[in-house]
Formats: sequence, C-alpha cells, structure tokens
Amino acid sequence: MTSTKKDPVIVVFQLSGGNDYLNTVIPYADGLYYDNRPAVGIHEDRVIKLDDKVGLHPEMGPLGKVWDRGDMAIVHGIGYKNAPRSHFRSMDIWHTCEPDTLGTEGWLGRATRDIDPNKENVLTTVSFGPSLFRALALPGTPVAVVDDLDNYGLLPGITEEAQRTEILDRFARMYSPAIGTSAVMDYMGQTGLDTLEGADILKEAPLMYSSNVEYPDTTIAKKLKGIAQVHMANFGSRIFYVDHGSFDSHSNQLGMADKLWKDVSEGLGAFLDDLREHNVADNVVVMMFTEFGRRTRDNGSGTDHGAAGGAFMFGEGIKGGQYAEFPSLEEKDLEQGDVIPNYDYRGLYSSILEDWMALDAKPIVGGTYEKLPIFS
Amino acid sequence: MSNQDIATMAHLLRRAGFGASRDELEGYLAKGYEAVVEELLDTDAQPESDRFTMMRFQPQYYKPGTIQGMGGAEWVHNMVNTKRPLEEKMALFWHGIFAAGVSKVDHYDEVMSMVYKFRKYGLGDYRQLLLQMAKDPSMLYWLDNCENHADAVNENWGRELLELFSMGVGNYTEVDVRECSRAFTGWTFEPKLPRFPIGRFEWSFDYREDDHDYTEKTFLGQTGNFDGDDIIRIISENPACAGFIARHLYNFFVADEAQVPAWSVTPPRDPEAVDLLANTLMNNNYDIRSALRVLFNSEFFKDARFERLKNPTEVVIGALRMVGGSEFPAPGIGELASQPKYMGQDLLNPPSVEGWHTGAEWINSGSLMRRINFTAELVGDVSRPGIKNMVDRLIAKGDISPEAVVDSCLDLMGPLEVNSASLTELNGFVAKGGDFAWNSEADIEESTSRVSALLQLIVSLREYQYA
Repeated sequence: MTSTKKDPVIVVFQLSGGNDYLNTVIPYADGLYYDNRPAVGIHEDRVIKLDDKVGLHPEMGPLGKVWDRGDMAIVHGIGYKNAPRSHFRSMDIWHTCEPDTLGTEGWLGRATRDIDPNKENVLTTVSFGPSLFRALALPGTPVAVVDDLDNYGLLPGITEEAQRTEILDRFARMYSPAIGTSAVMDYMGQTGLDTLEGADILKEAPLMYSSNVEYPDTTIAKKLKGIAQVHMANFGSRIFYVDHGSFDSHSNQLGMADKLWKDVSEGLGAFLDDLREHNVADNVVVMMFTEFGRRTRDNGSGTDHGAAGGAFMFGEGIKGGQYAEFPSLEEKDLEQGDVIPNYDYRGLYSSILEDWMALDAKPIVGGTYEKLPIFS
Repeated sequence: MSNQDIATMAHLLRRAGFGASRDELEGYLAKGYEAVVEELLDTDAQPESDRFTMMRFQPQYYKPGTIQGMGGAEWVHNMVNTKRPLEEKMALFWHGIFAAGVSKVDHYDEVMSMVYKFRKYGLGDYRQLLLQMAKDPSMLYWLDNCENHADAVNENWGRELLELFSMGVGNYTEVDVRECSRAFTGWTFEPKLPRFPIGRFEWSFDYREDDHDYTEKTFLGQTGNFDGDDIIRIISENPACAGFIARHLYNFFVADEAQVPAWSVTPPRDPEAVDLLANTLMNNNYDIRSALRVLFNSEFFKDARFERLKNPTEVVIGALRMVGGSEFPAPGIGELASQPKYMGQDLLNPPSVEGWHTGAEWINSGSLMRRINFTAELVGDVSRPGIKNMVDRLIAKGDISPEAVVDSCLDLMGPLEVNSASLTELNGFVAKGGDFAWNSEADIEESTSRVSALLQLIVSLREYQYA
C-alpha cells in the first residue's frame, strides 16, 4: 500500500439486556435521582464526577481516565419515540433502523455492502459473538462470525496439525466450483470457501500479535483482545461488533452492575491502551449502546425496563464531552415513569457513517437525522 | 430390503420427523412404508412427551416469561425426545407460518402456548387451527387486533390473515382487507394490565360485543353481517386458500420453493403436486392428515430426496437424535437450545410475521460454519451411543478397505448421495491408513479415531446440508 492514510474503523459495543443509564451517568446533583432510587441510588461520594452535575458509575475508573484525556463522549437521552420496552423489539429497532415496521436488514450489513460492494474482503466486518447479530445481516453480504479467535475455524475438533491441514485442503476441493451443480450448491460452495479463507487469515492474527498490555481474564476482555489482534494484523477489517451482558437488572442491581461495569471498563480500557501502545489507535472509534435505559424509580432491588438510554463513543478521533441533553427527572416530564429520549439514535449512526466512515448515511438509516459534532 | 427401500424410509423419517437411527430404520422397514406413514400420522397412538423430567431438573426453563434466550429449551427438549415426531414437525411448520414471536409479545410463555396449539390442532382441520390463531392472544397482540375497534379499524391482522395465513397476494382486493378487518373488530384479549411492577398475567381471548362492527360487510363477493368465524369460512371455501396451504406443505415437506412473497409471480415447482394436495384438502374438510397421507405416499415425495436444505432446527435436532445421549435435560440444555438461533432460526422469535426465509437463505458464512462445527463435534464423539453403534456395525464387517468404510459411513449417515468429486476426497482422506483393522485394542482405537475424522468430513459436505 502506498497511501499513508488509514481507513477508518468502527467497533460497535452492545450492552445487551438494557443498561441502566441513570446509574451509569449519574445525575448526582439532582435530588430527584436519590428520591427515585432509594434502593439502587449510588451515593455522591462514590460517583466519578465529570462536572458539577453528572458522574460515572464507581466501577468505571478506567473509562474515567479515557474521559480525562478527552477521548470519551457521552450521548445523553438517546432513543426514539414510543419505546416498546421489550428487549427483543428494542434491540431490533437499534439493529435495523426500523422503529415502526419489522425490518430484517441490519444497518451495519448495509454499511458493509457499501464499503465492499464487490465482496473483495471476507473480513470487512468481523463479529465477536455466537451468531450473526441482526445489525450485521444482509443477504449475500459476508460477515465473519467469530466466537473465540483462538479456536476459530472449521472443524475445531480436528487438532492434529497434519490431519487438520489435509482435511481443510479436502474441504476446499469439495467446495470448489464444479460443472453441472445447482445454483444453491454453487452458492454454498462460495460461502464455504469464503468461510475457509476468513478463518485461514484470522488464525494468523494471534500469532502476529505481541503486547505489553495485560487484559483482565474476562469474556469481554478476551473478545476485545481478539478485535485488537485482528485490527493490528491489517486484514482490512472496517467494522467490528461485540456484545456483553446481561444488563437486565430487575433485582440485585447493585452487585450485578458493579461486576458488569468493572469487566466492561477494565476490558475496554485495556483495549484502548493496547491500540495506543501500538500506534494504531488513531483510526478506531468505539460506539457503545444498549437497547433501552431503565425506569426512573427503582423497584426495591433493581430497575425495570424503561425508554431513554445513554450511548458512548471512545477513541482518539472523538471530541470528548457531553452531547444532547440529560433528560429531565421531573415527574411531569416522565412518560410512563421513564425519562424520555430526546435524541434519535439514527442521528448518532449518521454521524458515524458520514463523518467517520465517509459513507452516505441516508440509505443506511432510512432518512436524515440530526448529527452530532462528535469527531475531533 | 434394498438400498432403495432404506433410502426412501430414511427420507420419510427425515421429513416427517427428525431422522432415525439405522436400528430404527430397520424396524420401520419390517413394517412397510405405508404402515409407517400411518404410524407417523396417528400421533395419538404414541405417548405424549414427559414434561416432568424437564420441570424437575431444569425448572428455570419452564415458563421463563421474559428472560431472554431461555425460551426454546422446553421445545428443543421435546423435539429430541418425542415419540410423535410428526407432531413436533407440524408445530415447527405452523410456527413458520403463524410466525409470532417474543420480539413483540415479550413473553415466551404466551408464544409457547401457540406451539401447544400447533401440536393439538396442527394435523387436524386447518380451519379450526386458523380460528384458534384468530383468537390467540399472542397473535392478537402481535398483529394489533387488540387495537381493531368498531370505530377505528386496524387492518394489520386482517391483511396478514389473507396475505400470509390463508390465500396469498393476488387473491383478494384492498376492499376485502378492510371488510375482513371490520369483521374481526372486538376480538381482543384480557387482561391488558402492564406487566410492571408485578409481572405478566396470563392472557386469554376476549370478545368485546360493544366493540364489534355489526354493519353489513362484503367480502370475497359475499355480503352479510359477518363476524370473524364467517370470514374464516368464506376464505376456506376459496380454492386459493387450499392452494396456498398445499404449496406451504410442498415447500416444507417436499422441496424448496421460492420465498413466500414471490409466490404470486413465481409458479410452483411442481404445479400438479400442489394441485393434488389442494384438492385433497378441499375434498377432506381441510384435514391436514389426509393431505400428508397423500403427500408421503406420492411418487413426487419419494423422488424428492435431498431436494431441500435443512432448516437449523432440523440440523440440530437431527444430529442430536442421530448421535443420542442428549435425552436427559442436563445442565447446558440452554446452550443446546440456542444452537438453532446461532444458525439463524431463533425459535419463538421469528424475524418478522413472514417467518423465516428458507432454502439457500439459511446459509451465510457464520451459519454454515456453525452448522458444520456443531454436527462435526457430535459425530466426532465416539462415546455417543449412535456413533458407537455405527462403529460396532463397521467392526461386525471385519477388517475392511478404506473405500468400504467410506461406503458404509455414507450409508449409515443417510444413506447420503455425494458427487464423484466429493467421493474422491473422502476416499483419499482415509486411503493412506490402509485397511481398517479391529483385531486388538490398539487397532480398534486407531480405526475408531479414523472413523471419527471421516464422519466429521462427511458432515462438512455440502450434500449433508440437505434433508
């Protein structure tokens, strides 16, 4: 490659189960917060204060450091009108950009198609999870789905080196085009070869990688380390996807959220440090979202499904700070007891797609939405 | 007993159930094909599945309510263990048509209660099932009929009833949609209390007399003061309805068709077969059993071996039943029940009211790897009783050549039909170890390990993705 300009990369980090926004970005100066949260409210002394109004959950220390260096943005009160408060439906809405009808195509599936219309790179988009998130789904658009990078590939049960090489060679020949087979056989053949090629390339990533950064021994850190390894291996991957959960804290929220945010913050902190140590951080941003926030008032030990949530952006390309307005906790401003979204999530998507990924957002998100000046 | 007979019997069991072991197939062959068809159709003659073991050992999966990812375990457990494979297969069939899901209903128990109805009514009179669906709370909520009022018509249910559940696009007008929807005003459910803070109450059908539109309606050319029951009767009198259900049966049991939205513009793969099934439905009061009897005994069915791709549930349940050893609801059943989802078929949570797209659309690079790896891990495990049985059958043949082992394994895994290029690769893979010997412990261990690797390569074949 002769160009020195690096292609922009987005890592989408999904907090599954509905993260409690009000206990993540805590309005510690607002008495209404403590009035509504007799059981799960977090005392002012423990909050990691960002300014004289809000602060982060006490377990978010590593992300507080990211905030301090100006690489973290908070998008307050993000969501959409008429939130259904169902996990499944809400997640679909975030994934497909279709709040009113059921959509089956994912916004990142469309972005993948637009980045690589000729399907030249089977690793344009790499997802770290057990199955294809709907956000990534688009028929005919290849996405590599990696559960565990160290054991990624076809037939992981065949471990003996020579036998493995042979069986995969034979697999490639069995899936090669042949005259007189059906269209479906041909399609499966191509898909099988794409899968094999992706796995073949990806397995090199951990071998090429070395780092002084120590990741904690958690599932999420392992996945994030996998993303760092693939990014550093320069396979041309542009979109990464990862999820962690469950944040569905109907009961025993305090201990549960502590553990979740400790794991997420330490893992993500290590990931960002790792990229910086290797001088490959400048073209990567992370977007973190959840399907909904939770009820304003707690239920005695947890919080139930709500509407507005918060989203975060991380990375050297981010202009740190707070965006959109923190929703009001005043009784009169609540809808069914929930803080109301005041910023449409498709605006954040549009900002990322156009101002970071240099794609046309309108056909991907299905319209024009207010963007945020979130990139430095 | 010829190879052809075994192949046809295995085909029947793959389609009318989730496959059968070689021991079972041999038992079936002794009874004869038509008798086995009758046995499969006569579901009530077999005992119901035992739900209590599941409730005793994994109670958290029984009625999991709104807890994400927990919903399919009871059903998957049932599919693995059922003595009534066709009943479960029909439940899967109807779930793909009356495709309501937790994405909106947000309650596994309510969606699962639809599956109970599919079991109970799925092989009987389709009109009765349709009426059950029209009164099903999940369906009423999923398609907003609870918002369909005498003075404010909501057409969602009315439209999908005609488009996706009975006739298909092109057989009715927009006026029919409107009139049909009016006839279903007042069909709703109780209670509509929000589930927070004390949880969801079970739903039941409710007919609101004061919210029903009693004025005259004209639907598909007939005029009267119709209620929903009348609409279902009028629909079922229309040959388009029988044709639509017949094509669905063909697509699910015989061979992959175009995706449903294309049916109004793409003719059936085998119009005569679909006509035969449609006429059978019309002449037998929409008795699904009668149509399936004709279908399974037809030549077009017997000739359609490997003419459709397995859906993910068939991949998972078929493999589990073939290798055995997963009958007990052990810890890990939740992960097992998530396997179809990882392959693109999240049970109780279809992507939309259209259900899942089928055939080649099941396949993408993630799902293909999942299908292969999941199955390969199971068939590679020689401690599984089904695999052990295959090895025992090979041992009984004495020392045999690599080609004979490939032949036998392809036979025991299907019988599978593979193209000559694939056969060359399979033979090449086992050739260099020479003959398979079983004379000592060491021989058996060595040969068994080679069989295990061979079986893994066999399930990696494209051909293995077909049912």
